[in-house]
Amino acid sequence: MNATDAAIVRATQAGLPLVPEPWRAVAESAGITQAQLFARLSAMLADGRIRRIGAVPNHYRLGYTANGMSVWDVADDAVDALGARVGALAFVTHCYRRPRRLPEWRYNLFAMVHGKSRAETDAHVEQIRALLAPALRAHDVLYSTRILKKTGLRLA
Amino acid sequence: MDELERAIVNRLQGGFPLAERPFAAVAQELGTDEATLIAKLKDMLAAGTLTRFGPMYDVERMGGAFTLCAMRVPQADFERVASLVNAHPEVAHNYARAHEFNLWFVIAAASRGRIAPLLAAIEAETGYAVLDLPREQEYFIELRLVA
Repeated sequence: MNATDAAIVRATQAGLPLVPEPWRAVAESAGITQAQLFARLSAMLADGRIRRIGAVPNHYRLGYTANGMSVWDVADDAVDALGARVGALAFVTHCYRRPRRLPEWRYNLFAMVHGKSRAETDAHVEQIRALLAPALRAHDVLYSTRILKKTGLRLA
Repeated sequence: MDELERAIVNRLQGGFPLAERPFAAVAQELGTDEATLIAKLKDMLAAGTLTRFGPMYDVERMGGAFTLCAMRVPQADFERVASLVNAHPEVAHNYARAHEFNLWFVIAAASRGRIAPLLAAIEAETGYAVLDLPREQEYFIELRLVA
Protein backbone atom coordinates (compact mmCIF):
# COMPACT_ATOMS: atom_id res chain seq x y z
CA MET A 1 0.00 0.00 0.00
CA ASN A 2 1.51 3.35 -0.96
CA ALA A 3 1.49 6.37 1.35
CA THR A 4 -1.43 8.07 -0.42
CA ASP A 5 -3.62 4.97 -0.24
CA ALA A 6 -2.68 4.47 3.40
CA ALA A 7 -3.69 8.08 4.14
CA ILE A 8 -7.03 7.47 2.38
CA VAL A 9 -7.62 4.30 4.40
CA ARG A 10 -6.83 6.14 7.64
CA ALA A 11 -9.23 8.94 6.70
CA THR A 12 -12.12 6.57 5.88
CA GLN A 13 -11.83 3.39 7.91
CA ALA A 14 -13.99 4.75 10.71
CA GLY A 15 -16.58 5.83 8.13
CA LEU A 16 -17.30 8.83 5.91
CA PRO A 17 -18.15 12.18 7.46
CA LEU A 18 -21.88 12.82 7.08
CA VAL A 19 -21.60 16.28 5.54
CA PRO A 20 -22.72 17.55 2.10
CA GLU A 21 -19.18 17.22 0.67
CA PRO A 22 -17.74 14.17 2.43
CA TRP A 23 -15.09 13.43 -0.20
CA ARG A 24 -13.71 16.96 0.05
CA ALA A 25 -13.25 16.41 3.80
CA VAL A 26 -11.53 13.05 3.19
CA ALA A 27 -9.23 14.55 0.55
CA GLU A 28 -8.24 17.37 2.91
CA SER A 29 -7.45 14.99 5.74
CA ALA A 30 -5.42 12.77 3.37
CA GLY A 31 -3.59 15.83 2.02
CA ILE A 32 -4.63 15.38 -1.63
CA THR A 33 -7.12 16.98 -4.04
CA GLN A 34 -10.61 15.60 -4.53
CA ALA A 35 -9.71 14.63 -8.11
CA GLN A 36 -6.70 12.64 -6.84
CA LEU A 37 -8.92 11.00 -4.24
CA PHE A 38 -11.48 9.93 -6.87
CA ALA A 39 -8.70 8.49 -9.07
CA ARG A 40 -7.29 6.44 -6.17
CA LEU A 41 -10.73 5.24 -4.99
CA SER A 42 -11.69 4.27 -8.56
CA ALA A 43 -8.47 2.26 -8.87
CA MET A 44 -9.08 0.51 -5.54
CA LEU A 45 -12.68 -0.32 -6.55
CA ALA A 46 -11.47 -1.67 -9.89
CA ASP A 47 -8.84 -4.01 -8.41
CA GLY A 48 -11.05 -5.16 -5.52
CA ARG A 49 -9.16 -3.54 -2.65
CA ILE A 50 -12.41 -1.70 -1.97
CA ARG A 51 -15.37 -4.09 -2.17
CA ARG A 52 -18.04 -1.40 -2.21
CA ILE A 53 -18.78 2.04 -0.83
CA GLY A 54 -21.95 2.47 1.17
CA ALA A 55 -23.90 1.42 4.22
CA VAL A 56 -23.44 -1.73 6.29
CA PRO A 57 -26.78 -2.69 7.82
CA ASN A 58 -27.11 -4.51 11.10
CA HIS A 59 -28.69 -7.85 10.10
CA TYR A 60 -30.62 -8.08 13.33
CA ARG A 61 -32.23 -4.64 12.86
CA LEU A 62 -33.43 -5.64 9.38
CA GLY A 63 -35.29 -8.50 10.99
CA TYR A 64 -32.69 -11.13 10.06
CA THR A 65 -32.54 -12.53 13.56
CA ALA A 66 -31.78 -16.17 12.69
CA ASN A 67 -28.19 -15.97 11.47
CA GLY A 68 -26.52 -19.30 11.12
CA MET A 69 -22.97 -20.16 10.20
CA SER A 70 -23.48 -23.37 8.23
CA VAL A 71 -20.42 -25.61 7.99
CA TRP A 72 -20.00 -28.53 5.61
CA ASP A 73 -17.61 -31.41 5.16
CA VAL A 74 -17.45 -31.65 1.37
CA ALA A 75 -15.18 -33.94 -0.67
CA ASP A 76 -12.03 -32.00 -1.62
CA ASP A 77 -12.38 -32.70 -5.34
CA ALA A 78 -15.92 -31.25 -5.41
CA VAL A 79 -15.75 -28.35 -2.98
CA ASP A 80 -14.77 -25.58 -5.41
CA ALA A 81 -17.45 -26.35 -7.99
CA LEU A 82 -20.14 -26.74 -5.34
CA GLY A 83 -18.92 -23.78 -3.26
CA ALA A 84 -19.42 -21.47 -6.21
CA ARG A 85 -23.05 -22.61 -6.46
CA VAL A 86 -23.63 -22.14 -2.72
CA GLY A 87 -22.10 -18.64 -2.87
CA ALA A 88 -24.53 -17.71 -5.64
CA LEU A 89 -27.62 -18.37 -3.45
CA ALA A 90 -29.35 -15.10 -2.52
CA PHE A 91 -29.58 -15.85 1.22
CA VAL A 92 -25.85 -16.63 1.55
CA THR A 93 -23.78 -13.54 2.41
CA HIS A 94 -20.34 -15.10 2.82
CA CYS A 95 -19.04 -18.39 1.46
CA TYR A 96 -15.50 -19.63 1.96
CA ARG A 97 -13.36 -22.74 1.82
CA ARG A 98 -11.24 -23.10 4.95
CA PRO A 99 -8.78 -25.78 6.13
CA ARG A 100 -9.92 -28.74 8.19
CA ARG A 101 -8.27 -29.08 11.63
CA LEU A 102 -8.58 -32.78 12.38
CA PRO A 103 -9.61 -34.31 14.67
CA GLU A 104 -11.37 -31.29 16.23
CA TRP A 105 -12.73 -29.69 13.08
CA ARG A 106 -13.78 -31.58 9.96
CA TYR A 107 -15.68 -28.88 8.01
CA ASN A 108 -14.08 -27.25 4.96
CA LEU A 109 -16.92 -25.13 3.53
CA PHE A 110 -18.53 -22.23 5.42
CA ALA A 111 -21.68 -20.39 4.33
CA MET A 112 -23.34 -17.62 6.35
CA VAL A 113 -27.10 -17.95 6.07
CA HIS A 114 -29.58 -15.27 7.09
CA GLY A 115 -33.29 -15.65 7.78
CA LYS A 116 -36.07 -13.81 9.53
CA SER A 117 -36.93 -16.88 11.56
CA ARG A 118 -35.22 -20.09 12.58
CA ALA A 119 -37.64 -21.96 10.27
CA GLU A 120 -36.65 -19.79 7.30
CA THR A 121 -32.94 -20.28 7.99
CA ASP A 122 -33.42 -24.02 8.44
CA ALA A 123 -35.16 -24.13 5.05
CA HIS A 124 -32.19 -22.30 3.48
CA VAL A 125 -29.79 -24.79 5.08
CA GLU A 126 -31.87 -27.65 3.69
CA GLN A 127 -31.57 -26.12 0.20
CA ILE A 128 -27.76 -26.04 0.57
CA ARG A 129 -27.75 -29.60 1.87
CA ALA A 130 -29.66 -30.80 -1.21
CA LEU A 131 -27.20 -28.98 -3.47
CA LEU A 132 -24.14 -30.47 -1.74
CA ALA A 133 -25.64 -33.93 -1.23
CA PRO A 134 -23.55 -35.86 -3.76
CA ALA A 135 -20.26 -34.83 -2.09
CA LEU A 136 -21.43 -34.21 1.46
CA ARG A 137 -20.17 -36.18 4.47
CA ALA A 138 -21.44 -34.11 7.41
CA HIS A 139 -22.73 -30.67 8.25
CA ASP A 140 -23.74 -28.47 11.18
CA VAL A 141 -25.23 -25.01 11.78
CA LEU A 142 -23.84 -22.69 14.44
CA TYR A 143 -26.35 -20.03 15.46
CA SER A 144 -25.00 -16.86 16.98
CA THR A 145 -26.35 -16.19 20.44
CA ARG A 146 -24.63 -12.87 21.15
CA ILE A 147 -22.45 -10.26 19.42
CA LEU A 148 -19.45 -9.83 21.72
CA LYS A 149 -17.62 -7.32 19.53
CA LYS A 150 -18.18 -5.70 16.15
CA THR A 151 -15.90 -2.93 14.97
CA GLY A 152 -14.80 -1.70 11.60
CA LEU A 153 -11.60 -3.26 10.36
CA ARG A 154 -8.54 -1.20 11.15
CA LEU A 155 -5.96 -1.40 8.41
CA ALA A 156 -3.65 1.55 8.76
CA MET B 1 -38.13 0.99 9.83
CA ASP B 2 -39.89 3.66 7.72
CA GLU B 3 -40.06 3.81 3.91
CA LEU B 4 -37.06 6.11 3.55
CA GLU B 5 -34.92 3.93 5.81
CA ARG B 6 -35.89 0.87 3.80
CA ALA B 7 -35.04 2.67 0.55
CA ILE B 8 -31.67 3.74 2.00
CA VAL B 9 -30.76 0.18 3.00
CA ASN B 10 -31.78 -1.20 -0.38
CA ARG B 11 -30.04 1.53 -2.41
CA LEU B 12 -26.93 2.21 -0.38
CA GLN B 13 -25.25 -1.13 0.40
CA GLY B 14 -22.90 -0.12 -2.40
CA GLY B 15 -22.57 2.37 -5.21
CA PHE B 16 -22.19 5.55 -3.16
CA PRO B 17 -21.13 8.07 -5.83
CA LEU B 18 -17.70 9.60 -6.20
CA ALA B 19 -19.08 13.08 -6.72
CA GLU B 20 -18.86 16.57 -5.22
CA ARG B 21 -22.28 16.24 -3.61
CA PRO B 22 -22.89 12.49 -3.40
CA PHE B 23 -25.68 12.68 -0.82
CA ALA B 24 -27.56 15.15 -3.02
CA ALA B 25 -27.28 12.74 -5.98
CA VAL B 26 -28.55 9.76 -3.97
CA ALA B 27 -31.29 11.87 -2.34
CA GLN B 28 -32.61 12.80 -5.78
CA GLU B 29 -32.79 9.11 -6.75
CA LEU B 30 -34.69 8.33 -3.55
CA GLY B 31 -37.08 11.26 -3.92
CA THR B 32 -35.81 13.17 -0.91
CA ASP B 33 -33.30 15.96 -0.31
CA GLU B 34 -29.67 16.06 0.78
CA ALA B 35 -30.27 17.37 4.31
CA THR B 36 -32.99 14.80 5.02
CA LEU B 37 -30.81 11.93 3.75
CA ILE B 38 -27.81 13.01 5.84
CA ALA B 39 -29.97 13.42 8.96
CA LYS B 40 -31.53 9.99 8.36
CA LEU B 41 -28.12 8.30 7.96
CA LYS B 42 -26.96 9.90 11.23
CA ASP B 43 -30.08 8.61 12.98
CA MET B 44 -29.66 5.10 11.54
CA LEU B 45 -26.01 4.94 12.63
CA ALA B 46 -26.85 6.26 16.11
CA ALA B 47 -29.69 3.74 16.45
CA GLY B 48 -27.50 0.86 15.25
CA THR B 49 -29.62 0.11 12.15
CA LEU B 50 -26.42 0.74 10.20
CA THR B 51 -23.10 -0.31 11.68
CA ARG B 52 -20.95 1.69 9.26
CA PHE B 53 -21.04 4.04 6.30
CA GLY B 54 -18.09 4.36 3.93
CA PRO B 55 -15.68 2.28 1.83
CA MET B 56 -15.43 -1.42 2.72
CA TYR B 57 -11.88 -2.57 2.26
CA ASP B 58 -10.79 -6.10 1.42
CA VAL B 59 -8.17 -6.73 4.09
CA GLU B 60 -6.23 -9.34 2.12
CA ARG B 61 -6.17 -7.36 -1.12
CA MET B 62 -4.94 -4.36 0.90
CA GLY B 63 -1.93 -6.47 1.89
CA GLY B 64 -3.23 -7.41 5.32
CA ALA B 65 -4.23 -10.78 6.68
CA PHE B 66 -7.52 -12.07 7.89
CA THR B 67 -8.48 -15.21 9.73
CA LEU B 68 -11.44 -16.80 11.48
CA CYS B 69 -10.73 -18.32 14.89
CA ALA B 70 -12.70 -20.65 17.11
CA MET B 71 -12.33 -21.55 20.77
CA ARG B 72 -13.97 -24.13 23.02
CA VAL B 73 -14.53 -22.39 26.36
CA PRO B 74 -16.35 -23.71 29.46
CA GLN B 75 -19.43 -21.57 30.22
CA ALA B 76 -18.12 -20.67 33.66
CA ASP B 77 -15.02 -19.12 32.08
CA PHE B 78 -16.70 -17.64 29.01
CA GLU B 79 -16.94 -13.96 30.02
CA ARG B 80 -13.31 -13.81 31.13
CA VAL B 81 -12.07 -15.34 27.90
CA ALA B 82 -14.34 -13.16 25.72
CA SER B 83 -12.99 -10.02 27.44
CA LEU B 84 -9.38 -11.10 26.97
CA VAL B 85 -9.97 -11.81 23.28
CA ASN B 86 -11.88 -8.54 22.72
CA ALA B 87 -9.06 -6.53 24.32
CA HIS B 88 -6.91 -7.14 21.22
CA PRO B 89 -7.53 -4.35 18.67
CA GLU B 90 -6.91 -6.83 15.80
CA VAL B 91 -10.07 -8.71 16.85
CA ALA B 92 -12.70 -7.11 14.60
CA HIS B 93 -15.75 -9.28 15.27
CA ASN B 94 -16.50 -11.75 18.02
CA TYR B 95 -19.63 -13.89 18.32
CA ALA B 96 -20.91 -16.34 20.88
CA ARG B 97 -22.34 -19.38 19.07
CA ALA B 98 -24.38 -22.33 20.26
CA HIS B 99 -21.87 -25.14 19.66
CA GLU B 100 -19.07 -27.06 21.35
CA PHE B 101 -16.82 -24.40 19.75
CA ASN B 102 -18.68 -21.47 21.31
CA LEU B 103 -16.44 -18.43 20.71
CA TRP B 104 -15.83 -17.31 17.10
CA PHE B 105 -13.83 -14.24 16.19
CA VAL B 106 -12.26 -12.60 13.17
CA ILE B 107 -8.73 -11.22 13.26
CA ALA B 108 -7.57 -8.54 10.83
CA ALA B 109 -3.83 -7.94 11.03
CA ALA B 110 -1.40 -5.84 9.04
CA SER B 111 0.34 -8.97 7.72
CA ARG B 112 0.16 -12.77 7.82
CA GLY B 113 3.24 -12.81 10.06
CA ARG B 114 1.38 -10.95 12.81
CA ILE B 115 -1.30 -13.61 13.19
CA ALA B 116 0.65 -16.55 14.67
CA PRO B 117 2.13 -14.53 17.57
CA LEU B 118 -1.26 -13.00 18.27
CA LEU B 119 -2.94 -16.41 18.45
CA ALA B 120 -0.12 -17.67 20.69
CA ALA B 121 -0.68 -14.68 22.98
CA ILE B 122 -4.43 -15.37 23.16
CA GLU B 123 -3.77 -19.03 23.96
CA ALA B 124 -1.30 -18.06 26.71
CA GLU B 125 -3.60 -15.43 28.22
CA THR B 126 -6.72 -17.59 28.22
CA GLY B 127 -5.33 -21.08 28.69
CA TYR B 128 -7.36 -22.49 25.78
CA ALA B 129 -6.39 -23.56 22.28
CA VAL B 130 -7.41 -21.49 19.25
CA LEU B 131 -8.43 -23.03 15.92
CA ASP B 132 -7.02 -20.92 13.08
CA LEU B 133 -9.27 -21.17 10.01
CA PRO B 134 -8.03 -18.74 7.33
CA ARG B 135 -10.03 -18.52 4.13
CA GLU B 136 -8.41 -20.50 1.33
CA GLN B 137 -10.99 -19.61 -1.31
CA GLU B 138 -13.87 -17.18 -1.48
CA TYR B 139 -16.93 -18.04 -3.53
CA PHE B 140 -18.61 -15.11 -5.22
CA ILE B 141 -21.19 -13.32 -3.16
CA GLU B 142 -23.41 -10.31 -3.65
CA LEU B 143 -23.64 -8.92 -0.13
CA ARG B 144 -27.09 -7.43 -0.07
CA LEU B 145 -29.84 -8.07 2.39
CA VAL B 146 -33.28 -6.78 1.46
CA ALA B 147 -34.92 -4.54 4.04
